[in-house]
Formats: sequence, structure tokens, C-alpha cells
Amino acid sequence: MTAISVRHLWKEYGEQIVLEDISLEFAPRSFIALVGPSGCGKTTFLRILLSEETATRGEVLIEGQPIAREPGADRGVVFQRYSVFPHLTVLGNVLLSAEMAEAPLTGRLFGARRRQAQDEARALIEEVGLKGAEDKYPAALSGGMQQRLALAQAIMRKPKILLLDEPFGALDPGIRADIHQLMLKLWNTCEMTVVMVTHDLKEAFTLATRIIAFERRRNRPEEKARYGATIAKDIEVWPKRIAGQLKLKSTAPGRDDPAIPSGTGRDDPALKTA
Amino acid sequence: MRLINVRPDRGTALFLAVLPFALVVLAYILGSAQRLAENPDDKLLPSLPSLGNAIVKMAFTADARTGDYLLWTDTLASMERLLSALAIATIIALVIGVLVGMLPLVRALLAPFVAMVSMVPPLALLPILFIVMGLGEESKIALITIGITPYLVRDLAMRVEELPREQMIKAQTLGASTWQMMVRVVLPQILPRLMDGLRLSLGPAFLFLIAAEAIASDSGLGYRIFLVRRYLAMDVILPYVAWITLIAVAMDFGLARARRALFPWFGGAK
Repeated sequence: MTAISVRHLWKEYGEQIVLEDISLEFAPRSFIALVGPSGCGKTTFLRILLSEETATRGEVLIEGQPIAREPGADRGVVFQRYSVFPHLTVLGNVLLSAEMAEAPLTGRLFGARRRQAQDEARALIEEVGLKGAEDKYPAALSGGMQQRLALAQAIMRKPKILLLDEPFGALDPGIRADIHQLMLKLWNTCEMTVVMVTHDLKEAFTLATRIIAFERRRNRPEEKARYGATIAKDIEVWPKRIAGQLKLKSTAPGRDDPAIPSGTGRDDPALKTA
Repeated sequence: MRLINVRPDRGTALFLAVLPFALVVLAYILGSAQRLAENPDDKLLPSLPSLGNAIVKMAFTADARTGDYLLWTDTLASMERLLSALAIATIIALVIGVLVGMLPLVRALLAPFVAMVSMVPPLALLPILFIVMGLGEESKIALITIGITPYLVRDLAMRVEELPREQMIKAQTLGASTWQMMVRVVLPQILPRLMDGLRLSLGPAFLFLIAAEAIASDSGLGYRIFLVRRYLAMDVILPYVAWITLIAVAMDFGLARARRALFPWFGGAK
């Protein structure tokens, strides 16, 4: 049983071939990092997994079934930008997926069910480190906090697959390290397969169980249009990370690590409210 | 220091803002005094006291024939027309604008039609409206509505299309249906933009209101101005114009404040 299998997938835009004969099998609960230079089609590949684009040829199977023709609740997503809704508070953003699931007509929950969903949402908000910011609008949050919120929002719906499109690319290094820990924790505890596009190799090796490198092998001007990207490297990360059995790094530095400053992280909402 | 870097402090800014108003008033007073010195019966630029008298007569004295306070009955009649038209236009624009902006099928169906209709000069339709709907309130409300709705529809449709695509994808991955996206994602984000669109429509709305009232009416601000024009009653016309301007400015200001109060997230999210 595989979470995602991609068979002989081609993607062409008119004359331009972007992806060329990609075949991949992703194991359930794996954490896949897609890396490669700009314009190599890794984001296009992710969009196909999201059903935002369709493959020109070949097939994509999600748990053995052909992929749905439009985005759906089985596949969550976090983009680099615009992932959260600016008109909803932090709590409202996380609550939204519960409301969409249960209130087809009004898109809102009321009474006891609302309180129950709110409790769930608050727990999740605390888990991603946004406690205390429940009533703020995204515009009042830092970039890192917005991405934490986007993760919470996506996970609230319990997707089988979580797709990440350079989610931490715009964050500065300290905040990125904090959110990497959070990402590992979420992947470890939630029943989901993660596919992440990144151009940061260090990030890929920090998080993933398997790294797929896309590359255009033929890049001469006269060849460019007719040859798409293929898989250049397929690396299993060693030592193996296994979801559910991950021991997250304690805050104490290891023997070989640089000292880690203790106390609140730079991205901690506690600092914002102070 | 370059001119581009010179910023006025608060006092200077206030002075500069008041200056053009003061200059216009001053020019009026001087011009009026000069004309009245030459001809005490001059009606073109009445003195401030006679303007004051006219205001007292129109606003605070019951009309000898009808017993009405004319300025207020005129204002009421005009506002009724304007606000009904704004309400109708808003509702039509919301429904069509959101549908055109969100659904490619509706866009294909209606976008060219709306673009075409918005180019019809509304005043050219006024005779048709009078013929079809008569000279009553309906034709005036219809004129204002026709005048501003196409702009509002296109503006809203564009604002909807401007919403980041990522948001629609994200909403779908949260399991939202088209309807849910409409009521929870698009509509709430479009309302503050609608209020901005309405503010920009106020000018044209007043234009069509005055035009309709000038041509066929028995009450209203535009009606009064065009009525007293026959007597060269500048002392009435000028305060009326100032009053109309004041109403429009107040509505604009009110909409801006309401938007800020109702949609606190909007300023930061743009």
C-alpha cells in the first residue's frame, strides 16, 4: 500500500515539456522533500498532487485511487504566502475547517458543537505555539506565526496528505529552526504523509525521510523546450526517521552542537503580547 | 533639502488644508462687495447677509404656501431616491459581482454584457425611463441605479478576481463547497472593498440624482436649484450646492469610518 503513486507522469504546457516520465511511490507516513533548482518543475509536481493542475499524460494514485479532479479535504496545503484568511482571527482560521465540514449551508457552527470545535481548535493553536494570539488577525502576526497558523489550519481537517510549497522559505533562520521542530512534531503525531517543496537542502535533510531531486538533464537552449525535468537523485535519509517513533531533540544542546539559547524563541507569541 | 522630503507639521498641515477654502471665500466676498458697490440690486454674487437670510428662509421658516420647511423636505425627498438607488445597486452588484468574479461560467456569460451595458450613457436612457416608468419616483431611482450599478459590478468582480488564488485552493483543501467559499471566504473579504466602491460611486449617484430631479420632479434638492434659477436666486442656489456637497462629504466620511470599524482586519491585509 502506498500513499501516493505516480506513474509515467508527463506535464507539458504547449510545446514546453516541464516534467518528463516521472514515476514515484511514496510510502504512507513518509516525509518527502522535493528539491531542485528554480524552474525544474517541483512546484508543478506539487500542484498536480494538489489537483490544481492536471497531468498531461500518466496517472497519479492516492491510496490506490485515481486522484480527484479538484482539490479536496484529503490533501491539505500550506503555501509560502496567502495561506491563511486575512479576515478571520487565528481562532477563526483554525475553526474554519471544522465549520466547512459540518455546516454545508451556513459555513458556521453554533452552540455546543461550536464550543467543542473551539476547544479542539484552541488545543491545536496551543500545540503550534500560538497560545495567547487566538483573537489576533493574521496581519498582526509575524511571518513565522502566520505559517504556524497555516499548519494548524491545515491539520485541523486531518488530511491524509499534507502538501507544503516552500512553506518556510520566507522565514529567517532562527524562526525557521523553531518551526522545523514544530513540523517534525506534527508529522510525528499526525497520521499523514508530507510532501514538501523546498530549495533549501539543509531543510530537506533536517525534516524529510526521503529526498527527491528534480533536474533538467538537458538544458541547452535548443533542447530546453523538448526535454523536461526528471528525477536526478532519490535519497533515503539516514539514520531513518520513522513517524510516530521520533525522539524530538531536547532543548539541551548535544555534545557536538552549538549552544542553543534557552527561553522563549524569537517567534514566540509571548514576546508579541509583552 | 529636497522638496520631496519637506513634510508639514500638524499646524502647517491644517493651515495648508484650510487655505484654499479661505481663499475661495475671500475671493467671493471681495467679488460680491465689488459688484454690489456698482449695482446694489446685483443678483449674481449676493452678500453674506443675504445668503444668511435665504438660508433662514429655506431651512427655518415654514413655506407660506405649503407650510413645509423647504430645505428639509427637499433633502428628505432627494435622500429617499439616492439611498433607495444605492441599496438596489449594492444588492445587484454584490450578487452579480461575486458570481462573475468567482465562477468562470458566469464570467463567460455576463462579463462582456456588463462591460457593454456600462458604456451606455445613463442620461441618454432617461427619456426611455420617463416614457416607460412615468415621471414618478421609480424613474429617478432607476436612473441612479442604472448609472452606478455597472461600475459597482465590474469593480466588485475585479476585486473578487484579485483575491489570491491560494486562498481558493486552501479553502477547497479545507473541504469548502463553492457556496461555502462564497459566504465564508469571498463575501466577507469583498464587503470592505464594496464600501470603497460605494464611496467612489457617490459622486456619479448625486450627478444622476440632480439630473433626474432637474428634468421632471416636484421636490428635491436638484428640483429646487433648477426652479429658483428662473429668478436668478443665487442666494438660494449657492447654499443648496454647499448643502449637497456637505451631504456627499458626510456620506463618504461615514462609509470610510464604518469600514474601519466593521472590518478592522482590512487595513493590514490589503
